[in-house]
Amino acid sequence: MNTESVAVTPEEHFQDKVNREVKIEPRDWMPEKYRQTLIRQISQHAHSEIVGMLPEGNWITRAPSLRRKATLIAKVQDEAGHGLYLYSAAETLGISRAEMIDQLHSGKAKYSSIFNYPTLNWADIGAIGWLVDGAAIMNQVPLCRTSYGPYARAMVRICKEESFHQRQGFEILLTLSKGTEAQRRMCQDAINRWWWPSIMMFGPSDDASPHTAQSMKWKIKRISNDELRQKFVDVIAEQVKILGMTLPDEALAWNEARGHYDFGTINWEEFWNVISGNGPCNRERIAARIAAHEEGAWVREAASAFAEKQRQRSGGKDEKAVA
Amino acid sequence: MISDKFLYTLFLADNALILGHRNSEWTGHGPNLEQDIAISNIALDLVGQARNLYQYAAEQYNNYRDELSGLITSPAFNQVQGPIDEDDLAYLRDVNEFRNNLLVEQPNGDWAKTILRQFLFSCYQQLLYERMKQSADLQLAAIAEKSLKEVLYHVRWSGEWVIRLGDGTEESKRRMQEAIASLWKFTGELFIAASFEKALASAPTAPAASTGAPGSPMETSLAGLVPAPESLKETWLEKVAGTFRLATLDMPANSWMQQGGKDCIHTEHLGFLLAEMQYLQRAYPGSEW
Repeated sequence: MNTESVAVTPEEHFQDKVNREVKIEPRDWMPEKYRQTLIRQISQHAHSEIVGMLPEGNWITRAPSLRRKATLIAKVQDEAGHGLYLYSAAETLGISRAEMIDQLHSGKAKYSSIFNYPTLNWADIGAIGWLVDGAAIMNQVPLCRTSYGPYARAMVRICKEESFHQRQGFEILLTLSKGTEAQRRMCQDAINRWWWPSIMMFGPSDDASPHTAQSMKWKIKRISNDELRQKFVDVIAEQVKILGMTLPDEALAWNEARGHYDFGTINWEEFWNVISGNGPCNRERIAARIAAHEEGAWVREAASAFAEKQRQRSGGKDEKAVA
Repeated sequence: MISDKFLYTLFLADNALILGHRNSEWTGHGPNLEQDIAISNIALDLVGQARNLYQYAAEQYNNYRDELSGLITSPAFNQVQGPIDEDDLAYLRDVNEFRNNLLVEQPNGDWAKTILRQFLFSCYQQLLYERMKQSADLQLAAIAEKSLKEVLYHVRWSGEWVIRLGDGTEESKRRMQEAIASLWKFTGELFIAASFEKALASAPTAPAASTGAPGSPMETSLAGLVPAPESLKETWLEKVAGTFRLATLDMPANSWMQQGGKDCIHTEHLGFLLAEMQYLQRAYPGSEW
């Protein structure tokens, strides 16, 4: 008997894999807290894709050219696709899509607060692509290396499509910035309204972010909120010059010593209020999701009833879709 | 004849755009994620077809401006300087210049009505494009051929849903039956030729090398370019009746058919659709987007 063998707890074994950058897969043992954190984060991410379809979907029927209309439909459709991959990734952790959707509707699960802001003019579609998708990419690129395999793989695909969306968004704004005076005003107005909510997308400051330390240890998260936010500000502060527009922050200035842009203080009171339900569109967004779900109930019931009939007709064998 | 082909191209484009627009109203609101994606995909296909057709119509307009300019009288359209493009045709014509069928402009209603509208139209579009891909007009033939791949999927997808809903639950059957009651009267005009269709479909297609043919060269080369709509009716009806049978749905008893779309007399719904769709182009004329 080898008395020297070191007793390794499942927890230690798990952490060792994480440390060695071995992906955790659905059948692997994992701490319950890790599972719960991932369910919360992935479902929140999936919900954000789905709720995010609404503010942009607003403009599909009003898109100002056929090309823009087609691109916007395709973009919003991509988001539905992202929602699907993410719900599937979360399902590998032992929760069903139906449960997650219930949690969204009941308010138990959150989604990105940015989608509680309204889209008021066409330039908002550009600003969402450039700023909101831009911030999302900044957050999501590190997630392509996150420790949970199914999540990491979903993110690789999502990030590719998101960077495409970001370029499209910027291109909408670039076109407006070269347009008429009225179009330039639309462009600036949209940037003014979306800038602060976008930099809030990185979440609370590191010192007010309760989950960060544990998530970093588990390599769910790899870069802190404030680091990512700074990186985003540095990129956007340069890109806005190409548009000939400005960011609505008087404190924004290049800091030679830090090698970064300084920027003003975020209105955290607004941030926490929007999260807790007081944003301009919280009620409308959830109401729209609930309405779609409830109005779709009879359709889903009919589909299962039909599938069941088909199954019985084929003598209990797996039903085949109608030819 | 130049004007008939232009109007016909617009008619095809308007059908694709208006139905695509209607379907896109579902984006973000579908009964589940998979179907949200599917209906948005069909919307995208149709908007894509509309773009090809409007681009072709714009090319005809720019090449034959003298003959065609009287056909569009909307003030916004007539303010366009220089050559027109696809967006001028989609966004600057008035409601009484759209030639789409009444069927495609009907509001979405519930999923049953949307599905049925798609099925009735896609079956028609399939038969039309299968014939049109043999047209002597190479552009129309190419657009038909390219679109046909998409349309076949639309027919299959919507047909499966007609069956699933018809033979699903009592509620889904009732809703399908209501959808049939509300949409059937708009299917008649699909198969009644408007003047521009008559002109294009009536005479036989001239051989490709028809330069020496007697009579007006334009007439011989354009006639017989498109199928006569009446000739599609029987096959369409068989396909629809067959699917309804599988879906355990009753064919409608009412045979009254409302017409007008191809002659620009629409239902009240189209005006609202266009007001929403066209507002930016109208409010900020001459802008690039």
